[in-house]
This record gives sequence, C-alpha cells and structure tokens, in this order.
Amino acid sequence: MSTNLPTPLLEAKAVAKHFGGVKALRDVSLTIRHGEIYGLIGPNGAGKTTFFNCMTGLYVPDGGGFTFDGAPLVADAPQHAAARGIARTFQNIRLFGNMTALENVMVGRHVRTRAGVIGAMLNTSATRAEEAAIRQRAIDLLHYVRIEDRAGDLAKNLSYGDQRRLEIARALATEPKLLCLDEPAAGMNATETEELRELIEGIRDDGTTILLIEHDVKLVMGLCDRVAVLDYGALVIEDVPAVVQKDQRVIEAYLGA
Amino acid sequence: MSKWLNPRSAFGITLIAVALLGLPFVAAMGGQAWVRILDFAILYVFLALGLNIVVGYAGLLDLGYIAFYAVGAYTWALLASPHFGLHLPIWVILPIGAALACIAGVLLGSPTLKLRGDYLAIVTLGFGEIVRIFMNNLNAPVNITNGPQGITLIDPVAFGDFKFSGNTQLFGLTLSGPMKYYYLLVALAILVVIINLRLQNSRIGRAWQAIREDEIAAKAVGINTRNIKLLAFAMGASFGGIAGGVFAAMQGFVSPESFSLMESIMILAMVVLGGMGHIPGVILGAVLLSILPEALRYGVGPIQMALFGKMMVDPESLRMLVFGLALVLVMRFKPAGLWPSPERKRELSEKRTEGKA
Repeated sequence: MSTNLPTPLLEAKAVAKHFGGVKALRDVSLTIRHGEIYGLIGPNGAGKTTFFNCMTGLYVPDGGGFTFDGAPLVADAPQHAAARGIARTFQNIRLFGNMTALENVMVGRHVRTRAGVIGAMLNTSATRAEEAAIRQRAIDLLHYVRIEDRAGDLAKNLSYGDQRRLEIARALATEPKLLCLDEPAAGMNATETEELRELIEGIRDDGTTILLIEHDVKLVMGLCDRVAVLDYGALVIEDVPAVVQKDQRVIEAYLGA
Repeated sequence: MSKWLNPRSAFGITLIAVALLGLPFVAAMGGQAWVRILDFAILYVFLALGLNIVVGYAGLLDLGYIAFYAVGAYTWALLASPHFGLHLPIWVILPIGAALACIAGVLLGSPTLKLRGDYLAIVTLGFGEIVRIFMNNLNAPVNITNGPQGITLIDPVAFGDFKFSGNTQLFGLTLSGPMKYYYLLVALAILVVIINLRLQNSRIGRAWQAIREDEIAAKAVGINTRNIKLLAFAMGASFGGIAGGVFAAMQGFVSPESFSLMESIMILAMVVLGGMGHIPGVILGAVLLSILPEALRYGVGPIQMALFGKMMVDPESLRMLVFGLALVLVMRFKPAGLWPSPERKRELSEKRTEGKA
C-alpha cells in the first residue's frame, strides 16, 4: 500500500490528558500515514482509549494537539471530528439498540446529508431523493459487511459478531478518511476474528486508513503496517511489527517484568 | 403512494373519514356538552402528538409542556380581545403564537441540554410553573395578563366573515360552534399526524431517535446533539403554541388556572399510556384520557342510582379514584402503553423473559 505519501493523514503532537492526578496520556506523539493499518496496543489502562477519545473529540486534551489531513483538528466536539472524516467504533458496542440495523447505518449518513425539518414536513422532491440515496447507501454498506439479511432486525437483537460489523458499517456510512476501531476483536472466537481481519483488510484496500486498538497481539502483528505501544500513558515505541515484537521495553510492559 | 391504492386501506380510510365527519352529530344527540368534550379530545390529540416529538422521538422527558400551550393561548388572548383592544386575524396570531412558543422552547431547551431523565423532568417542571406564575402575576405594575382573573371576551377563530362561534346553516344542517371547532381541530390534528409521520422517517427523526438510544454514539457519527435536541424542543413547543391559540379562541377565556402542572402530567400520561413514539398509540391515549374522566363524570352518578337507588359516594371524588385506578392498572399490565409500536412491545416482552439484564 501507499505507506510513503509525503503528508501523513494524522499527526498527534505531545497529546496530554489527565484525570485528577492520573496522567492518562503523557505527551504522546505519533503519525498515521495514508492508507495504512496502524495498530495501537498496550496493557490495560495504558491510555489507548483515552487517546481515541481525545482524537474523536469526546475528551478535550490538556496539552498538545492533532493535525488531520493537512489541517489542525479542533477536537472540541465529536461531530466536528466526524465531519472532518474520523469515524470510530466503541470498545463496548454502542449501537442504537431499538432501531433496525438499516436505520443504524442510515443514521451514519447524517453528517453527509442535509435534509432539514421543513423539507421533511413538506416532503419535497429533494428530500425524497436524498432519503432514497441514504437508504440505498445503507443497504450497500450492510452488504459490504455481509449482514444484509439482518437489515430489518433491531440492532440489539443481532449476534455479538454482527453487532460489531454493524458498528463498522455505521462508521463507514460517515465516509471516513480514518476509521478508528476500538478493540473490534474483543470477545470474538478464532473464526470470527479471521473474518474480521478480512473485513478490515478489505476496508483498507478500498482506500480507508485504519487505526486499530487491539489486545489480540497476534491479530495486530499480522494485520498492521505499523504499531505503536503505549504504557502508563506514554509512547514506548512506534515502528513496524517485526521491530516492535522484539523490543525489550515492549516485552517488559506486557510481561510486567 | 401505491399502498394507498390498496382497496382495503382505501376502505379503512373512507370508514375513518365518515366516522370523523359524523361523530359530532352523534355526540350532539347527547347535548352540545359532548361535542365540546370531543373538541377537547382532539385538542389533546394535537398536544400529545406535539409532546410525542420531544418525549417519544427524542426521549427528552418534558414535564413543562403546558407552558408552551400557555404561551400560545395568552398570545391569542392578548392579540384578539378587548384587553388591549387588538383584534388581529388568525393568520397573524397563530404564527406569532407558534413562534413565541418555539422561542420559549429553545429558551427552556438551552440550559437543559446536558440533562437527561429525572433531572430534565425537574427542570422542565420548574419551567412550566414559572410560566404559569408569570401569567398569574403580570398584572402589576403594568397589567399585561390581567393576573388570576384571566382574559375574557377573546375573539373566536374566524376566516373573514365566517366565525367559528354561534350556529351556522350549511346544506340544511345546523352546525353549532363546538361542531365547527371540531372540524377545525380534526383538520389540524390530521396535519400534525402527517408531520409526525414524515418526521419519524426523516434524517432529523432518525437523529432524534439516535439521541434517545445513545447520545455518545450519536455524537460520534457526527450528529450535532445540541442543535438536534433544541430542534425537538422547538418543534414540540410550536405545536403546543398552536394548540394554545385554538384553545383560547374556543374558550373565549383564559386564566392561569388552565395551565397547571396537572395538565402537563395529563398530556405526558397520554403519550406514555398510549405508547410512546407510536402515533396511533398516542392518539388512543389522548382520546381515552380526555374522554374517560368526562364519561365518568356523567356515568358514575346514574350508575349508583341504578345499583343502590341512592348516591353512595360523591361522583366527583369517585371519578378521580376510578381514573387513577385505571392508570395504575394499564401501566401494571401494559407497561409499553395500550398500543405500543411493535418494536417497543417486543423489547419489553423480551426483558421480562430475560429478567433484568
């Protein structure tokens, strides 16, 4: 893949975040390039999800900042991050449980569409056309993640693996440049993990850069182009998997030695 | 709309239309009082559907909804009565009333954006009371609302020379004031049903439901939750404002008493008891809860006379007792409402089999 484009897609510069006395992130700087699958790993409580939340606007960093796609990312509200092209899934799946799978993906189109209340009330032709396009795109995305046969089911009634897929489809509906997956393989068996790996590779091959937080070291090392390791909120190393695997500090962090 | 060509639906719609058209004549046989009860039932349908946008779609528990109704009613009362000597036409007042209620909705909405559930309910409850107390006390130093005495001699709804009060002869039929208001209210209610339906399956309607389901996930997919919530408050409030205007015109009299907390709770009860977020359910809830107390008012006395030959209990107190009991029983045995949306019904029955998950 084109991992050597001149400008990186996302650059984090000395991002810091603390909760009271706990320093969840200590000046983390890393670079994600266009078209790569970038892994972010680390022991529990290392600050991976905090980093995610800072980047997607759920938290406001206490220091440092992000540059995304050539412009500073003002991470003060999640909707801005989504509009800029950063989509995410959640570690503990957060779907709209009482809406159907199809509706969940249709909600994902919100940020790329514009129909307002007046248009909806008058049922104008522009609104109807947009609505049809939203629906078609959502159906296509359900096909893409291969859960099209569950389109009419409530999201909360889907199996665990399908819910993970649905969350990815909903994130893809926002047309992200960077898709952030927070432990997508958590709780999956070997077969499901393998299917997930194929899905993630497919998404990357279709042109979306991926940031992956994962506990499954085997999956990360096999899938990612580059990996960053966090420990106690600080960046330990950022390199290709082969180097990271052999790094003494990483082994210590994971074995707690 | 191909599904409308379906003969069964066409038959159903014709049946409902005939029933809606004929209903006031049937009610009139029992006296004009029953036509007025019908009028109020439809008015409550209108209000409940407005509140349904806030509570049912966006999931924002609003206990101060009656405040917007009050704003609409007082707007009409002040702009079309001898109180200020103003007699503006309906197409001026109603939009002003809706706009003022809409602004009130945004005013209420903005400080509550970070609140949910119980906390939101308490703030909105306070807001509803503030509006009522304002209406009660804005008679000094400058007399704006005439205080607790209220405003009388309010103009009826009129289109040109056609007034909605008094009798009219039409095609050999005598239409009384309440009957004319009935048709006006049915027309308005149909309008609000259509708007509710269209919003439900729109980009904004889905955003409301997404916020109801999971606000953080809604933010993460790029929904501006602040604006979308304010929009829900504004929409609901506008409907309340319009309903208030028609109420003032129909009654010819408004006073702060009509806008008590009890009214807010009644409208919320209509939405919840009927089936939150489900339009037919909300309509059923509104009709039942507005007609049942009246039916009991007229029914409890005669039934006692027939059964015991004398009045055992004062009908007025028994009426509220039966009414309260009915509410408790419905919520106990049909927690999703009398006519819930199929999805919500499934959800609750699943919870029961799974236990508390």
